[in-house]
Amino acid sequence: MIIQFICRAILLGVPLLYGSTGEIVTEKSGHLNLGIPGIMYVGAISGVVGSFLYENSCGNDIANMNPVLAVLIPLLCAIAGATLMGLIYSFLTVTLHANQNVTGLALTTLGIGLGNFLGASLINITKSELPSIALTKTSSFFSAKLPFADDLGWFGELFLSHDFLTYTAIIIALVVSFVLNRTRVGLNLRSVGENPATADAAGINVVKYRYLATCIGSAIAGLGGLQYVMAYASGVWSNNAFGDRGWMAIALVIFALWKPSMAIVGSFVFGALCNANNYIQGLGTETQELFKMLPYVVTIVVLIITSMRKKREHQPPASLGINYFREER
Amino acid sequence: MDKQPAIELKNITKRFGKVVANKDVNLTAYRGEILSILGENGSGKTTLMNMISGIYFPDEGQIFIDEKEAVITSPKDAFSYKIGMIHQHFKLVDVFSAAENIVLGIEDGKYDLKTSTEQIKKISEQYGFELDPEKKIYTMSVSEKQTVEIIKVLYRGADILILDEPTAVLTPQETEKLFNILRRMRDDGKCIIIITHKLHEVLSLSDRVSVLRKGEYVGTVNTAETSESELTEMMVGKKVELNIERNEPHDTVDRLIVNGITCVDRMGATVLDDISFTAKSGEILGIAGIAGSGQRELLESIAGLQHLSSGEILYLNPKNDTTENLRDKTPMQIRNMGVRLSFVPEDRLGMGLVGNMDIVDNMMLRSYSKGHSIFLKRKKPKDLAMKIINDLEVVTPSAATPVRRLSGGNVQKVLVGREIAASPTVLMVAYPVRGLDINSSYMIYNLLNEQKEKGVAVIFVGEDLDVLLELCDRIMVIGSGRITGVVDGRTATKEEIGLLMTKSKHEGGEQ
Repeated sequence: MIIQFICRAILLGVPLLYGSTGEIVTEKSGHLNLGIPGIMYVGAISGVVGSFLYENSCGNDIANMNPVLAVLIPLLCAIAGATLMGLIYSFLTVTLHANQNVTGLALTTLGIGLGNFLGASLINITKSELPSIALTKTSSFFSAKLPFADDLGWFGELFLSHDFLTYTAIIIALVVSFVLNRTRVGLNLRSVGENPATADAAGINVVKYRYLATCIGSAIAGLGGLQYVMAYASGVWSNNAFGDRGWMAIALVIFALWKPSMAIVGSFVFGALCNANNYIQGLGTETQELFKMLPYVVTIVVLIITSMRKKREHQPPASLGINYFREER
Repeated sequence: MDKQPAIELKNITKRFGKVVANKDVNLTAYRGEILSILGENGSGKTTLMNMISGIYFPDEGQIFIDEKEAVITSPKDAFSYKIGMIHQHFKLVDVFSAAENIVLGIEDGKYDLKTSTEQIKKISEQYGFELDPEKKIYTMSVSEKQTVEIIKVLYRGADILILDEPTAVLTPQETEKLFNILRRMRDDGKCIIIITHKLHEVLSLSDRVSVLRKGEYVGTVNTAETSESELTEMMVGKKVELNIERNEPHDTVDRLIVNGITCVDRMGATVLDDISFTAKSGEILGIAGIAGSGQRELLESIAGLQHLSSGEILYLNPKNDTTENLRDKTPMQIRNMGVRLSFVPEDRLGMGLVGNMDIVDNMMLRSYSKGHSIFLKRKKPKDLAMKIINDLEVVTPSAATPVRRLSGGNVQKVLVGREIAASPTVLMVAYPVRGLDINSSYMIYNLLNEQKEKGVAVIFVGEDLDVLLELCDRIMVIGSGRITGVVDGRTATKEEIGLLMTKSKHEGGEQ
């Protein structure tokens, strides 16, 4: 029961981990990208479109499908779709100096609208009775487990039974953490987010770093959308099923104090909190809704505690949300 | 002279829109010398140096380095020509350590903070800096931050160093220390360019002085062959009387008695600690101290903008000889009590005036409660605005121009004019000449002296110790929120005040 609860928490947490790792990379460059929910949504639908086309081209027979391609095509589609969204965001805010909050919110609206449009179109093509598309074959490749995981009892279930995107999420978070704190690129990126004028004077290309961080961050976040469809939802896409996971990912960034390694723990805590209502007996529907607030309540508590402790290292990047113009006088 | 020219500027012109910031500037700096660039605020000194360090690109003209033409389009290019600039506003990342800031942006070799730290320690020893490379910037004093900036450019191997107003934030002792380091660098063969508007520093430090006026190059003189008045004339374009008239205070009575006030800020730090002093009518009381020692909080406490945890502020009303306690009163309550208090805050467009409103409307900010109908009466404020524009020579297209479009000096004149027009009995001014040219500065000093003659108790928070010593009757020095001493403005020396500024223990107090 407890093992099951933890596994479920991890499964729920992984999309959030992708989203918040991506947002951390972006925010470290000084971009408050509120488009993350839309970007994750676009990542998901891009992957769905990719795998839909591939499944159809293989004549709907799983034997014809190449496992490598079946994974690679949705993966690349998700990355491409999400990166494109990041590119739009960067172009608007860096090149055209548009307001970051407005741009981000517009991208969220755009992403969700685009996702629903493409989703509805695919449903229309399949002439399905249900308002959803099932890509169970592709999903089976995504959620393949290590063959020996089941033989190792609780250990196997807890640590080895997850889909490969879960492990990738943790690896990406650790790599990002290493890059941010131990490399020159990370130092440069952090300086761009803290004080772009200083970075500029030090010869760092602020524009390049902001573009790259935002696009890479978006790509990472897009994978979260894909993982949600392929592993969590077993390959079933239905419009709006992704819910408010994108916002939760942004809340998680604050919870994790802009540290990717903290985001790993945080995402599983959030996953557990989201799921707690299903494991507590005798809750009415209205109390269940109250339980769903828990991640946000915890985020607020963390915010209160960190702002009371006032440690500078725990504050957001100093230039978060502020565009940079070199010749502003 | 057999000195090598390190950098030469030829016919440099830079425009920002219609504004010409630099026009046809020619300049040469040699290795092994300290060159001062002297000019008033807005004369284009910083713009010129920004073109050498790659922040801006000149519209016309050429830059030669070691007698070869150089094209500097970015700070990176500037580094490759071994040019290092120490900006007036430090370009440091607060949450990084000194070492991280120093290596920021360097792209050769491996990222290895340990080796870099060793290197930083070596440079520190060579020139006599004191710095802990692992210390975070946000825990540092201003002077330490400046040290980081200087080491940053030395670490990159710069041999042309440009310092933009490096002493603006330093105490006299720290300034002397910096100058010694700069002299050591000069003797080491480096070319040092220092931007400043303080004449005595130019005379004591530099070998040659180049003067800019309104973006144009006026000329270069050898420091040994010039004088303060000649430099001023070059800088301003006409002869200026540099003496501030200071009359003996007469008929002084106690006006404002501050008694043991303590103030704790939102972060829980004590910003004012048991401050007691008396401001007398007909006297200018100067307040000196390192920036951020509690000057702002002190004035705001008196103006009713700070919550005090203890102490009292007593105002002796000359009209009816009553004593009022101003503690924990709002500015409106203070005004309603008949206390005529005027306050010129350091943040002119943030606290003093509303930038998007015109001069007339800004006048009304002080008098809006006088109206009794629901419609605005613009006649009186408009007259006042016109009077200020004429009397104080405010340069503005009209009284209906938003004040944010005026230059710093004119904004200050509008603010000081309005506050004085309220015929105060206590006038508090914070850094009233910051960013002003010499003429405007002296006009403000004269206005303060006039108020003093009228029997107003003037409290003057200043940063330039020379001015404080010339203008004030008494000078109160504060350090870290405590009074570290009160000296006589006529007999005290700069060194004495400088020592008090850095003294943090409570040893002085009201004499």
